[in-house]
Amino acid sequence: MAYSVKVLDHYENPRNVGSFGKEDEGVATGMVGAPACGDVMKLQIKVGKGGVIEDAKFKTYGCGSAIASSSLVTEWVKGKTVDQALDIKNTQIAEELALPPVKIHCSILAEDAIKAAVADYKKKHVDQAAG
Amino acid sequence: MLKLPIYLDYSATTPVDPRVAEKMIPYLVEKFGNPASRSHAFGWETEAAVEEAREEVARLVNADSKEIVWTSGATESNNLALKGAAQFYAGKGKHLVTVKTEHKAVLDTCRELERLGFEVSYLDVQDNGLVDLEVFKAALRPDTILVSVMMVNNEIGVIQPIAEIGEICRARGIIFHVDAAQATGKVVIDLATLKVDLMSFSAHKTYGPKGIGALYVRRKPRIRLTAQMHGGGHERGFRSGTLATHQIVGMGEAFRLARLEMGAENERIRMLRDRLYKGLSDIEEVYVNGDMEQRVPHNLNISFAYVEGESLLMAVKDLAVSSGSACTSASLEPSYVLRALGREDELAHSSIRFTLGRFTSEEEVDYAIKLLHEKISRLRELSPLWEMVQDGVDLSTVQWAAH
Repeated sequence: MAYSVKVLDHYENPRNVGSFGKEDEGVATGMVGAPACGDVMKLQIKVGKGGVIEDAKFKTYGCGSAIASSSLVTEWVKGKTVDQALDIKNTQIAEELALPPVKIHCSILAEDAIKAAVADYKKKHVDQAAG
Repeated sequence: MLKLPIYLDYSATTPVDPRVAEKMIPYLVEKFGNPASRSHAFGWETEAAVEEAREEVARLVNADSKEIVWTSGATESNNLALKGAAQFYAGKGKHLVTVKTEHKAVLDTCRELERLGFEVSYLDVQDNGLVDLEVFKAALRPDTILVSVMMVNNEIGVIQPIAEIGEICRARGIIFHVDAAQATGKVVIDLATLKVDLMSFSAHKTYGPKGIGALYVRRKPRIRLTAQMHGGGHERGFRSGTLATHQIVGMGEAFRLARLEMGAENERIRMLRDRLYKGLSDIEEVYVNGDMEQRVPHNLNISFAYVEGESLLMAVKDLAVSSGSACTSASLEPSYVLRALGREDELAHSSIRFTLGRFTSEEEVDYAIKLLHEKISRLRELSPLWEMVQDGVDLSTVQWAAH
């Protein structure tokens, strides 16, 4: 399988690898995929005042394209509000990384990871507001 | 100086031994005659070369040269053996038995025979990759006409109990085919004692050229086949087509060298394989796939838990190895062989097959060990599964969002 230059770059030098403490202020976590399918992505966002994503980290079990897709979205979500982050679409990820058709699912998974992280943030936010 | 990438994929194919190549070359330009030309010296010369090669193939497996039929490779041999025997003996029964971990050349041929009206039982293996003889016996029926079990598995290198299966088949009058593509030069094959009726061989897994193979067809008791390739009646009608003299000469020389050198060579390779295994076994959570005793010395198939196979192959691109995980396909299916061993998906997805051979050096093995240590630890740093396991999470209890 031939990888694009951008996939190789993210794979060799993944951005924002790591984890925040789950209970840290403003941290929300999205975990998608399954080991049986060969990929699991964990995306964490750290949301500041006004719902702006100040920082993001990821860990991914998966192929090079899955690692690159999740690395890319950690860069893209930073500085966006949680609602703006939801506008990131898998097609944009696939285009940026020049993913071949068999790897489109990696970009879909990355989009799902954003949705899952934002959903976790909103759930916690509502809980906090209610509590 | 180490040359990169390092070839550790000898079960995919081997280089032609330079001594083999040297022997082949005169048969391209100078000695080009058709071995079937009976009327002149050009044909006599190449016919003699073909028969000498046939002797060499027969000698490696202790058979009679009259029992060796040239084919284009093990895939064709498997097709000829299975289709040829099933069709010829269809009047006796319609049932075949094979194993789930066979090569696709056997499994897909069996599927084709099913489409033609035959019934095929695909047996499970034990978690060490070996056929359970009791399970095997239980699968046989009064109308079973043909059994096909490989000698050495291409992915995990395990050696199936061919002698025992042969005895069971012979006692019941069932024809027994063995795919030995991965076995020649690696294990001793004695067809004078093994109760095997048909055996497939390939040249390019044993330092011969690609595009040539052979099928052993037993004469006592005589096994008959329906030909699958029709034409000039070459190879006593079993397989028509002008013989590829240079390829055949190459296969003969490759098998001659295998016979002479396999004893010493396999010991050297076993030492290197054990060095590789020892070097990798201090990495946490590594698992060998397949039995370590009933196994050729060339093969090491290891799963690195919590690291995905394709990203691992990318990380070790200085090593020419193959992954048990066929992730490049859209289906993301892990290896059907590892699945048959009952490996959990995470492990099946994380496997690498190292196959060593004639030209593997200690220096290459040491480089591979060092590289894998570095890369496995880097990929585990990236792996959320590894993080969860370190935190004490049992992954089997996690509700995954399957996609």
